[in-house]
Amino acid sequence: MSVQAVVDKLKAKFGETVLETIEFRGETTVVVKKEEIVAVSTFLKEDVGFNFLTDLCGVDYMGQAPRFMVVYQLYNIATHTRLRVKAPVEESDTTIDTVSGVWATANWLERECWDLMGITFNNHPDPRRILLPADWEGHPLRKDYPVQGPDREPYQGRLQ
Amino acid sequence: MANHETMTINMGPQHPSTHGVLQLVLELDGEIVRKATPHIGFLHRGVEKLAEHRTYHQVLPLTDRLDYLAPMHNNLGYVLAVEKLLGITDEIPERAQVVRVLLAELTRLKSHLVWLACHALDIGAMTVFIYAFREREHIMNIYEKVSGARMTSNYFRVGGLSADFPEGLDKEIRDFIDTMPGHLDTYEGLLTGNKIWQKRIQNVGVISAEDAIDLGVTGPSLRGSGVDWDLRRDQPYSGYENYDFEVVVEQGCDTWARYVARLKEMRESCKIIYQALDKLKPGPILADAPKIVLPSKQDTVNTIEGLIHHFKIISEGFKPEAGEVYVGVENPKGEVGFYLVSDGSPRPHRMKIRPASFINLQALPKMVEGSMIADVVAVIGTLDIVLGEIDR
Repeated sequence: MSVQAVVDKLKAKFGETVLETIEFRGETTVVVKKEEIVAVSTFLKEDVGFNFLTDLCGVDYMGQAPRFMVVYQLYNIATHTRLRVKAPVEESDTTIDTVSGVWATANWLERECWDLMGITFNNHPDPRRILLPADWEGHPLRKDYPVQGPDREPYQGRLQ
Repeated sequence: MANHETMTINMGPQHPSTHGVLQLVLELDGEIVRKATPHIGFLHRGVEKLAEHRTYHQVLPLTDRLDYLAPMHNNLGYVLAVEKLLGITDEIPERAQVVRVLLAELTRLKSHLVWLACHALDIGAMTVFIYAFREREHIMNIYEKVSGARMTSNYFRVGGLSADFPEGLDKEIRDFIDTMPGHLDTYEGLLTGNKIWQKRIQNVGVISAEDAIDLGVTGPSLRGSGVDWDLRRDQPYSGYENYDFEVVVEQGCDTWARYVARLKEMRESCKIIYQALDKLKPGPILADAPKIVLPSKQDTVNTIEGLIHHFKIISEGFKPEAGEVYVGVENPKGEVGFYLVSDGSPRPHRMKIRPASFINLQALPKMVEGSMIADVVAVIGTLDIVLGEIDR
């Protein structure tokens, strides 16, 4: 099944949940509502064969609304196709449901996303920090976290 | 079972067989591991955060320091991602692509040699370590002649290579690869028929194909569980589709199968290196994209355009159009991927590295729980993890 066919099936099944489809450099990205992320993930895994979660991460678009995107890179081992799923997360409610029940890989990746980006994954089986110490304050990959460290002025860049 | 107690012990972060600063908290029932909890992050340097504050060219040296046993592969993954973001994937000259494949496969040999040496050493077979490191030293010398560095190569560039492949080195590589099958026979002679080696790794660290896929395991660790998937063949990059090689798949699901798979993979790498050496023809090494690739020193000092481009690229960098790409490459340890988000500025808005070792390590508890504590050492060895990549 081509990626386009997958996107069509996804739209047919979930309708309004699919917010946007983006094509860039031959890669397909589907933006879905975060409330339906587990249903969408289960559908993609069970019904259209995206059995492999390659990667999961958060992206901070500070200054835009919604501020965060949780990004899922999927791979279909049978057809060797990739699909990217994104779910917007508001700054006022930085939570999203865990997909670790769909792909076990998500367990550590979601822990990392919580650790570095500060997105809470509801119902996560092991919601601890993973790379930073347990008593660390803040989430370093957020754009308002200074690169030099938490007690410094935000980095302004060399060119500004 | 009233007075039946388990004991919790720390393995690492200072333990010779944890390959760096990995801490495993093991809950033991006698010698049986009931629960294993990896603790990581001791080597966290914030590479992804640092990348957001550097131009695309400046990020490249950071990637050397991820999987420091296979730096060229990390470089390759990163430059391919940036090239895709820029839309210049098709403009990379033939010679640059061939050299990339050649060095990527040498890197695979190098990384697998370290895996074999350390895996055997951990289990008690010391001799192989000495032999494998002798061959690795040879590859390091080739690295040095190509890039000037033995570990942190930083050799590939967005658009091609940083310097031309040295003249005469192809003969040296060919001579070295000619000796490689003999060396591999030596290692196998020391290990494959060895009863102690067999007993230590057969039926140890078993993981089924379904579990391995569910846990995101990639690379030889996945192919040892019978999953026929190699990005070099299935999503070819850098011209891999023009090479003739076999994807090694073993059905055993245990440490033995992964051992056999990696050794066969080294022989396949030798095949690819020969083909790459045959394809190596003189030609340009950088794409014709003056706003992206640095001009040569000659052009910089002798032409006004060269000077302007040099100044612009060094001081400001290039600006890819807004968008996002993901490129995964078949690193010796598994799939290493770079997800780049551009907002149209000269620095990545976000760079996410998909670390093969990090995700493979997640399978460790599944593989060791219920087995003996001595098997933990074998399983760490067979997963072939590098903490620089896990912690980033």
